[in-house]
Amino acid sequence: MNAKKGFQPSLVLAYLTVGIGSLLMMAPFYFMFVFATHDRSDIFQLPPPVWFGTGFWSNLDILTQHLPFWRNLMWSLYVACCSTALTLLFCSMGGYAFACFEFRFRSALFGLVLGTMLLPSFMNMIPSFMVMNALGWIDQARALYVPGAASAFGIFLMRQFISSSVPKDLIEAARLDGCSEFGIYGRIVLPLLKPALGTLGLITFIASWNNFMGPLIVMRSPDHYTLPLALRSLQTPTDTEWGALMAGSAIATIPLMILFALFSRQLIAGLTSGAVK
Amino acid sequence: MKLNHATPYLFISPFLILFAVFGLFPLLFSLYLAFQSWEPTSGLGGMQFVGIDNFTFAFNDEWFWKSLGNTGWLAVASGLPQHLVAIPLAVFIHRYLLRSRNWVIGVYFLPYITSTVAIAIMFSSLFSTDFGLINLGLTHIFSFPPVDWLGRAIHIKPAIAFIVFWRYVGFNTVLYLAALQTIPSDLYEAATLDGASSWSQFWHITLPSLKPMIYFGVTLSVIGGLQLFEEPFILTGGRGGSDQAGMTTAMYLYRMAFDFNDFGAASAMSWLLFLIVVVLTWLTNRAFIQHAE
Repeated sequence: MNAKKGFQPSLVLAYLTVGIGSLLMMAPFYFMFVFATHDRSDIFQLPPPVWFGTGFWSNLDILTQHLPFWRNLMWSLYVACCSTALTLLFCSMGGYAFACFEFRFRSALFGLVLGTMLLPSFMNMIPSFMVMNALGWIDQARALYVPGAASAFGIFLMRQFISSSVPKDLIEAARLDGCSEFGIYGRIVLPLLKPALGTLGLITFIASWNNFMGPLIVMRSPDHYTLPLALRSLQTPTDTEWGALMAGSAIATIPLMILFALFSRQLIAGLTSGAVK
Repeated sequence: MKLNHATPYLFISPFLILFAVFGLFPLLFSLYLAFQSWEPTSGLGGMQFVGIDNFTFAFNDEWFWKSLGNTGWLAVASGLPQHLVAIPLAVFIHRYLLRSRNWVIGVYFLPYITSTVAIAIMFSSLFSTDFGLINLGLTHIFSFPPVDWLGRAIHIKPAIAFIVFWRYVGFNTVLYLAALQTIPSDLYEAATLDGASSWSQFWHITLPSLKPMIYFGVTLSVIGGLQLFEEPFILTGGRGGSDQAGMTTAMYLYRMAFDFNDFGAASAMSWLLFLIVVVLTWLTNRAFIQHAE
């Protein structure tokens, strides 16, 4: 592209730096997968393994001996799916109201929605444990997927999308034809929202899958650990099964990498949308 | 056209209800709790009003101060490099990469969406003293003596900061890329005609145009840096590391409540940390607005 300017050492250096940087960004993932296929003594050999071994299945055996690993995997999946479904429903409803209705306190309430985005997670850590305790939700999946289901980020994302791409005339016309408000929402708005629902769904699923603080505070029985919590429970000060731990981490990471490979543009745009719009 | 006045409120009622139960109430309750002495084993009836005892306790608590120092250190050491790397990286991608652009962005962004726990576990093996890859690289390529990254107090913070940097640098790069795309290209064309070098174009056009995004990115880094929890939690096995050198305040709050069973003191500390977050966010705002004038 800039070949006509001739050889530029600083530009070559820049390409090289960015290239090496990319390798450094990927290296931890690469070694996670490589180590997942070696047993514990191999990983800490000199030199350490740099290519895939044959120990994956025995690592998996160790993992399932120490943890109800498959249950944890299904539990994570269950929580993430419930979280996604409920979030899509609540956020699309909220976003629709903020985008298409005039009502008292609208801007104040929307300010409140945005304000909750800035509330640090540690503020809720202690009291939300007590609320869960009072509700009898300790060790229950709903303690993970209900509280964040009307997320500020989701409502914001939906509102932005609806204001820019759902024609107000269409809604007015349907209203004149006698369509009920929930009919308009369900039959006209929701179908038009598909792209935004896809983005928010992906983001919610990933956030739930990775959530650590939530399960750390409310989950008690190992059967109800989500993957991050289960993996963390394998960490011991002296006798960590590194191979098994890497295999578990790799299995927890693969679904995310697949989702990212398929939808990276949508994900990146969605996750940074707060800044760009 | 009959529009029921209750309809919009019906649509936002899930938000209102969930926010009231899981947002506002816990917040007010934790303020109340900050003035009580309570441990979960005594039941809700076991609460006792203790005035500002919890706050005096926090002010006299050596570990609380230490955790604040750690948090500040980590927020700066992980936050600043993110922006110092993300800005030039975004400029480079914006100007020179066409076909490989999405690949490079994807590679740098991927850590942001993967599980912090899986990543931190991975890094704790990479940072191992004797046979961790990072030390092997340091000793064999640069012939440094091996560093006890996770065992020694002075080394654990750089290790945590590096992981946080690694995780968020791509996110910031994408933010800056988006901002770069809004700078009109005729600004650069005019500057080139005037004979401005690309370095002075960067200083006089690119950087000033990026200022709003730098403000936004730095604000996010400040807020995020002050609530660091997962990375240090995993790297230090939930205990803070030797000499508590890796214990952030968010982690200390957790330990105060769930390990030491002192919910009152933990709530008081969470409000103190929140106050610091608010003040620093405000100061960031001031700094950027004064620069703009």
